[in-house]
This record gives sequence, C-alpha cells and structure tokens, in this order.
Amino acid sequence: MAYFEAKGITKFFGGLAAVNGVSFKVEQGQIYGLIGPNGSGKTTIFNLINGFYPLTKGEIHFEGKQISGLKTHQICRLGIGRTFQVVKPLKRMTVLDNVIASAFLHAGRKHEALKLAEETIEFCGLTAYRDKPAKSLPIASRKRLEITRAVATKPKLLLLDETAAGLNPSELEEAIALIKKISASGITIIIVEHIMRVIMTISERILAINHGMVIAEGYPSEIASNEEVITAYLGEDYSAQS
Amino acid sequence: MKRSYGPLLLLICLAVFPLIVRDQYYQHLMILVLMWAAIGAGWNLISGYTGQVLFGAACFFGVGAYTAALLLHKLEISAWWGLPLGAVVSVALAFPFGWICFRLRGPYFALATLALNEILRHIATIWESLTEGMVGILVMQTFVSKAPYYYIALVLAIASVVIVDKVMKSRFGYYFVSIREDQDAAESMGINTTFYKMVSLCLSAVLIGLAGALYTNYMGFIDPHVVFSLHNISIMAILVGIVGGVGTVYGPAVGAFIMVVIDELFRSGGFGLLAALGKTMQWPFMESVTKYVSQAHTLVFGILVIVVILYLPNGVVGDWELVKKKIFFWKRQTV
Repeated sequence: MAYFEAKGITKFFGGLAAVNGVSFKVEQGQIYGLIGPNGSGKTTIFNLINGFYPLTKGEIHFEGKQISGLKTHQICRLGIGRTFQVVKPLKRMTVLDNVIASAFLHAGRKHEALKLAEETIEFCGLTAYRDKPAKSLPIASRKRLEITRAVATKPKLLLLDETAAGLNPSELEEAIALIKKISASGITIIIVEHIMRVIMTISERILAINHGMVIAEGYPSEIASNEEVITAYLGEDYSAQS
Repeated sequence: MKRSYGPLLLLICLAVFPLIVRDQYYQHLMILVLMWAAIGAGWNLISGYTGQVLFGAACFFGVGAYTAALLLHKLEISAWWGLPLGAVVSVALAFPFGWICFRLRGPYFALATLALNEILRHIATIWESLTEGMVGILVMQTFVSKAPYYYIALVLAIASVVIVDKVMKSRFGYYFVSIREDQDAAESMGINTTFYKMVSLCLSAVLIGLAGALYTNYMGFIDPHVVFSLHNISIMAILVGIVGGVGTVYGPAVGAFIMVVIDELFRSGGFGLLAALGKTMQWPFMESVTKYVSQAHTLVFGILVIVVILYLPNGVVGDWELVKKKIFFWKRQTV
C-alpha cells in the first residue's frame, strides 16, 4: 500500500463536480506536484485531504489508515499539515506566538513549545521577523509564516498551496530552497503550483488535472510534453493535435 | 522595576478601602465595581480572547443568581452555597448551549446568546411555581455591614483577573487567540476549535455565574427583569469589556470602574450636584433636568460606545499609550 493514496475522490457542490474521481499515490519522501488551470480543483483536493470538506465519494488513506471522515484537527494530529493559498496569518499575534500556538500540538509544556517554535523559525529563516506582529509582514514572509506554522505541527506529509505565487525572482529562489530543505528533513510534500519553473524543478512526479479530472500523471518531463496538458493550459491552437 | 509595585500598591489600597471610606454608599459602589470586574473578566475570556461575542452575559448571571436564591427559597440551604453551585449550574447551561451553538460563527453565535438570554428571562417570568415570577425572591442578607461583601467581591475580582492572566499565558490562551484570529487556520494547526471554544465559554460561565450568586447574597432580592436584564446586565457586560479594553487582562477591571462611575453619575444626577445647583441658583427647571438626566443613562451608554470605538478602538487599557499621550500632552510640550 502506498504511503498516501487517494482513491476516486469526488466532491460535488450542488450539481457541479469540483473534483471527479481523482486517484493518485504518493510515496514516502516524495515531492509530488499538482498542476492544473485556474478552477480545476487543486485547492478543493487539499480541502478534501485535510478534512475541510467531506468527500462525496471516494477514500483517502495515509500510512495505511483511512483518514477520510476525520475532522481537520484530527488529520493534522495524524501528521498532515497544510498551508493556505490565501494566507491566513494570526494577524494580531507576533510571528513567534503564531508558531508557538501550532507547536503546542506536540509540545505539552510552554517551554517545550517555545523551544520547538524557535527552532522552526530558525529552520524556515524567519528569525528577523520573530517578534513582529504577523499583520506587519510582507507577502513573501507571510507565505513563509504559513509554512513555518505548518512545519511546527511536525507533519509527516505537508500540503503546500501555491507558496510561490506572487513572489519576485529572488524570493522564488529562497522559497524553492526552503521547500527542498523541508523535503530533505524527511517530510513528504504535495505541492500545488502555477509557476512551471518551480514545479518542474522540484517535483519528482506530477499530477495534472482539469475540470476536476485527471488528465495526466507522470514524471515532469512526461507532463511537459503531454498533449492534453498543453491543450488545457494554452488552448487547442498550440497543441500538436490541431 | 517601578512597574512591579503598581499592582501591589493597588491591592493594598483596595484592601484598606472599606476601613478608610466608611460611607456605605461609596462602599456599595465599590462592591458593584468589583462584581463587574469579575463579570467583565468572564465576558472578555469568551468574547475578547476567543472572539465568540457573548451578547447574553445575563443568562449566566441570572442562572447563578437564581441558583443561590432557589437554594434558600426551596431547600432552605444557605444562599452562600449558591456561589459554588451557581458556577456549576452556569456550566451545565453553557455546555449544551455551546454544543449546539458553536456550529454558528461570528454574529450568528452572538445572536444565539441573545436569544438564550431572552428565553431564560421568559422562563423565569412565567414559571411562577419555581421562581415566583415577577414577584421575585427575597433573600435575607447575612451581614449588616457592607465590609464582608466587599471582601468577598474583592476576592472574586482578584481571582478572576488572576485566572484570566494564568489561562492566557498557557496553551489555552494561545489556542483561544488563534481561534479568534482565524478559525480555519487554527483548525488546520491541529486545534480542536469546538472543544476549546467550549472550554472558554464554560470558564466565562463560571466567573459570571459566581458574580450572579454573589449579587443575590448581596442585594437580597432578585426578579427576572433585574438579573436577566438585557440592558442592565448583558449590554453593561459588553460595555465594561469594550471601554476597558477587549482582549486585555486588566481591561475589564478598569472598564468596570469607569462604567459603574458613569452609570451612577447619571443615575444620581451628577451625584446630586444638579439638584444642589438648582436649589442654590433658584432654578425651578433644574428639577426636571435632573429627572431627565437620571433617566438618560442608557442613552449616554450608546454615545460612550460610539466615542470609544471611534477614538479608542482597543479600549482604555488597550490604547493606554494613546490615552497617556492625549491626557498628558501638555506635559510633553513643557519638557
């Protein structure tokens, strides 16, 4: 059995199928990319994995356990952390307090949580902002705070939702470096990303979806040359079929 | 170092207050301030820190008050047992209420607490065989002097400030504030938001319920319109929190002092100044002015809220730096 497996997950909003029969497997230690045009259902898949939405159909397994049907906080406790595309900093708390709050999940006492939080902030390179209120952070650091907070819950699997969107080229390099560093520390990653340069360089495998359905799955090089993916992104004029 | 003496000094002042100020009227006002400090602390925990606005603080206050009164009235057990039991009954009410209503978020939860407040007031009015309805319940006061009540209220007020302070420095505090700032983020950080909102509500209910039971013992008389009152209890609790400073440890205590003083200032027509002025200046119209002023204290509350939200959105304690700057502005100029 795969480390993480989604089996035919489906989500209907009324009559609209946002995600329709998507299946994929992620091996331990992988960086798994998830791509697709706007509105294709990438974030919905994340919301299904971490339990924000109940599944209409299908099953999700993690480390041999079925996690579909559990609540978000239970799923987080089992070791699945996530970041949000639209960042959700705890605005009126300092960066340190933000991270302490999530470090408490696996640290019983205040000083343990404080130690874990400081280590995580150091690890993610937010030390300069440690005592600043989260609302004063620029967007690149807010995205970094999202990651820091998720890492502080000691996840085994991390869901990153467009952590590179809206960053300038040098920030982008830093973000890629951070993701690689997190992966090197033994955390499995599923990443949603629009910026092809990011996803093609760091992912080991990629799942491409459109209209909530899988259109391709494979190594980055396979995906880059896949007809259906090109059609979905650039329109039929640019695909070799027409 | 200078700052650490502040609370100690205040504590000593509060402790010797009834020994120095012998006037029963001012002692009464201070007891009200202390009682409101406890209610404000309870309100602040669920509304200020956890962000779930409690519009119906009177439901816990009234339940605490009626628990104490009914103990004596029906079972002939001392109403003082109403303090611990009132807290227990308040939690017993908070638990199912939270269980059902924490599915609601933001203003919808606030409205649900308002509904609970009204439901309980009507039950207390109509269920005459239990609560005597509008006739109310009379409880003999234990002490003639006000000093014992003062010290009990003081212990309650200090305990509630200390409890809030301790809770907010623990894991619970971090979780409460996380829930206030962003419930979805909190949930995905592994926080069981429903559970921690329940903990927060139950703690609030304990503090407010204790204050309610103390009220029964102190005032010696309760009826549904007094203890389940929307504007005298529920809205007053919100005002104490907002004026003092939402989400600050000492805010509610400061707010309690300000609100009780303002309330009394208008109710008594400027502590009798208006009437005295009318008498000395031979102005016959002063009598009706005094009457209108004393009836207008709720109107003043409304204006006060607008002023505070406009100029001190974080309350007197939350915006203390701003207050200092505005009040002591002339000092800065002379230096």
